Amino acid sequence: MNAGMTMRGTAAKQAQADGEALRDVQELRAIAATVLRLAKQRGVPETEVHVEEMVDALTRFANNAIHQNVAERGLTVSIRTVLEGRTARVTTNRVDEDALRAALEDSLALAASQPQDAQLLPLPGKQKYRVVQRFIPATAKLTAEERARAVKRACELAERTGQVAAGIFESGQSQTVLSNSRGLFAAYRQTQAEFSVTMQHDGAASWAKANAADVRAINPIALARTASEKAARARNPVEFDPGRYTVILEPAAVLDLAGYLFYDFAATAVEDQRSCFSGRLGKTLFGKNITITDDVYHPEQSGPPFDGEGLLRDRVVLVEQGVLRNLVYSRRSAKAARKKPTGHGFALPNEYGEAPVNLVIAGGNSSLAEMVRSTERGLLVTRLWYIREVDPYEKIMTGMTRDGLYLVEKGRIGGAARNFRFNQSVLEMLANVELLGAAHRASGEESMEMVVPPMKIRGFQFTEVTKF
Amino acid sequence: MWEYCGHSLDVVRLRGATYADVRVIHQRQRDLSTKNGQVGTLGQSESLGLGIRVIVGGAWGFASTDALTREGVAACAAQAVAIAKASALAKKGDVRLAPETAYVDSWQSPFVKDPFEIPLDRQLELLLAADEAMRRVKGVTLTETGMQFRKVDTWFASSEGSKIHQRRVVSGCGIVATCFQGDAIQKRSYPNSFGGQYVLGGYEFIESLDLLKHAPRVGEQAVALHGAAQCPERTGTLILGASQLGLQIHESIGHPIELDRVLGQEANFAGTSFLTLDQLHRLRYASPIVNVVADARITHGPGLGAFAYDDEGVPAQRIDIIKAGEFCGYLSSRETAHLVGLPRSGGTVRAESWSRLPMIRMTNVSILPGPWTLENLIADTDEGFLMETNRSWSIDDRRYQFQFSTEIAWEIQGGQKTRMLKNPSYSGITTEFWNSCDAICNDDHWILWGTPNCGKGQPMQTMGTGHGASPVRFRNVKIGTAFSGG
Repeated sequence: MNAGMTMRGTAAKQAQADGEALRDVQELRAIAATVLRLAKQRGVPETEVHVEEMVDALTRFANNAIHQNVAERGLTVSIRTVLEGRTARVTTNRVDEDALRAALEDSLALAASQPQDAQLLPLPGKQKYRVVQRFIPATAKLTAEERARAVKRACELAERTGQVAAGIFESGQSQTVLSNSRGLFAAYRQTQAEFSVTMQHDGAASWAKANAADVRAINPIALARTASEKAARARNPVEFDPGRYTVILEPAAVLDLAGYLFYDFAATAVEDQRSCFSGRLGKTLFGKNITITDDVYHPEQSGPPFDGEGLLRDRVVLVEQGVLRNLVYSRRSAKAARKKPTGHGFALPNEYGEAPVNLVIAGGNSSLAEMVRSTERGLLVTRLWYIREVDPYEKIMTGMTRDGLYLVEKGRIGGAARNFRFNQSVLEMLANVELLGAAHRASGEESMEMVVPPMKIRGFQFTEVTKF
Repeated sequence: MWEYCGHSLDVVRLRGATYADVRVIHQRQRDLSTKNGQVGTLGQSESLGLGIRVIVGGAWGFASTDALTREGVAACAAQAVAIAKASALAKKGDVRLAPETAYVDSWQSPFVKDPFEIPLDRQLELLLAADEAMRRVKGVTLTETGMQFRKVDTWFASSEGSKIHQRRVVSGCGIVATCFQGDAIQKRSYPNSFGGQYVLGGYEFIESLDLLKHAPRVGEQAVALHGAAQCPERTGTLILGASQLGLQIHESIGHPIELDRVLGQEANFAGTSFLTLDQLHRLRYASPIVNVVADARITHGPGLGAFAYDDEGVPAQRIDIIKAGEFCGYLSSRETAHLVGLPRSGGTVRAESWSRLPMIRMTNVSILPGPWTLENLIADTDEGFLMETNRSWSIDDRRYQFQFSTEIAWEIQGGQKTRMLKNPSYSGITTEFWNSCDAICNDDHWILWGTPNCGKGQPMQTMGTGHGASPVRFRNVKIGTAFSGG
């Protein structure tokens, strides 16, 4: 079964009317079939083909006006050949038969020029997939004019409030077909939309962002209003001393920090002893209120239900009530660890193995309002910025607060605070979570989209303060 | 390719564009890597397409396509015009471009050995040998090596009559040894971390690195770091190695001087800048011994920010950024030059690929060498720290407050480089830091470092930039804050 192959009929015709539609999936299938035919004629033992197509448009605004407005479309064909324990990949965006033949020959030449790899597995055969439907015609049909009109309303709001707006409104669609010489065939398509806005006010700023497969789930003017109100409250920030604070992290801040754990859950990273989870499987690392799964089937997640080799993605409980229970495995790392592959492998060849890319952190019964009410003294964090790893095993991350840091005192949000630099272990942070709100899809700028709750955390470490 | 350029320009002219430029770009890339003695990534890719940028009704539109047929190019051109008309729905004023001469030219970056002509097994053999040399060191738990080569052909044409072809060849390489011991992970890299060193050049650059000579040292230092003392937390004297200084320049000088950032165009993503327009020729950015230029000319060196013409068809230039400590220049484009009183663009606009809009990017932003040898500089330092090879970097969204950590440090006592220190870090405020600079090493120590992964823009564009740097000394720097939590 072809997961997500549901874009048919009316939706496709409407999208085509705008001249920005994806090709029919059968066209991509035909390209893959051409490569497999050429490979068979050439006597290649095993061949895998990825065909990927994207159509995307992005309207960018700053200083209350559109200053960049772009559209792109592209299709790539990626060919992997396997020759007696050797493999290599060649990618091209030219799809005529001569170009595909040349890419195939290049792949063979690359594969032949390396030593044999005894651990290289044969290609997988046919697989079964669960259907996920993330292609929304309303998103696919969105026009440049519709994006511009929404942006104009956000800019008008900024002008009315004496503020300056900057941001983006993006809409796009993509599809992928994966086929191999052992009969595996997988296909998937999705849409995506994103609106993000920063409102600047007297040297202060705040920000709001949403990302969804369905553009109708995004309310640009509501996001602009949120950013506007928070920017007004962000003026005249007061400088506080660095130190350990109780913090209330909005979902984007949780996402951008916790998201840095994603590769640590890879079995290959643990095998390579570069994961913060090396030697820690089965141990209680976090509070009992922390449960993390990788779940591509969650209704607010995105991405295909198969991995880079075409294996079905499993839902995996990674952390259960604070205990590190499982890792994710590609076919290769699973064989090495005598485990079952979980369908999280990257396209081969690669040295990184696999990773969970659809993280879901379970929520709790609290809310941002309740977190504020229950806080005697702390800081409310809108988002984080420029996060980098300082210590890989203790998972100490550094970065800055940005676009709205507010003092919380005696259960109320007070004035703005100057932005802090943090140096904080993510392992320690997730052991110090006092309250969690409801989990929803969040979008930041440092990590991939995830489903996360807002969190109230004790003892979060800020080490320095900046000038604004 | 010129036919596609000409046809798309004809289409947009007929549809009312008052200005247009088009880039047809053919990119080829080869990636090789090894891990623990096995081949990791082994791949090659090519991409060919066209992007067209237009002004219609005083507003910008951009569209791109890989459908290189007359019909595909015409549809793309028409789409760019339609997008520009939509942009005009929310515009403040008409786009104004600084004047520029039309050029017809062809240029190729210098290289001796085309990396795509070198047999792949020879390239892999070198990486695997370096990998093995690191693995021979007892205690090393992970070894990684990699090479990347790019060959990019760009055909640029504008409605003002420019027709410019450029070919740039980029080569990069690096090796890393990691040691996991107890409850810590330490690593060392050569010739730089995060992918190594990248230049505008051919395979001769890879050969010049002498990987096999350095691989054992890299492994030994990764293991030795576990036995080293923790870098203390204090305020003191800091000497930065050349590659770390290159990244310091990138983050605390290169980004703040981007005029689009200064003007708020990146406010939602990459951030703004403390270098507001009133700071030009007024701000004491650094101590009087500091001179920084943005130089895109190949005469500056084979940096990733070198070219003959930028992606607006403006010739490569050298711009003074900091002169005797005074802030004196921004990175500008044809659209922004007039806002700082410049008669023409500084020629700093580049696009990642045919599918991306050209925007202001760093060229080669470099500190000019001073008079010191590193040996004399260490001998002149009573007490301090020498830090080398970046491990992490972070700076706020206006580019004031930064924190860097490096892979390794050495304590300096009484003018001598003494014990090795692990987990070094330092932090500060940009202008305070640069004003504390009191010594710069000479030309013998100056290297034009390549940063291949500078991200900016939405959609995100990754660009290569260059940073010439030699070891430099700073006074009264906060040391060790990253690990101050304990």
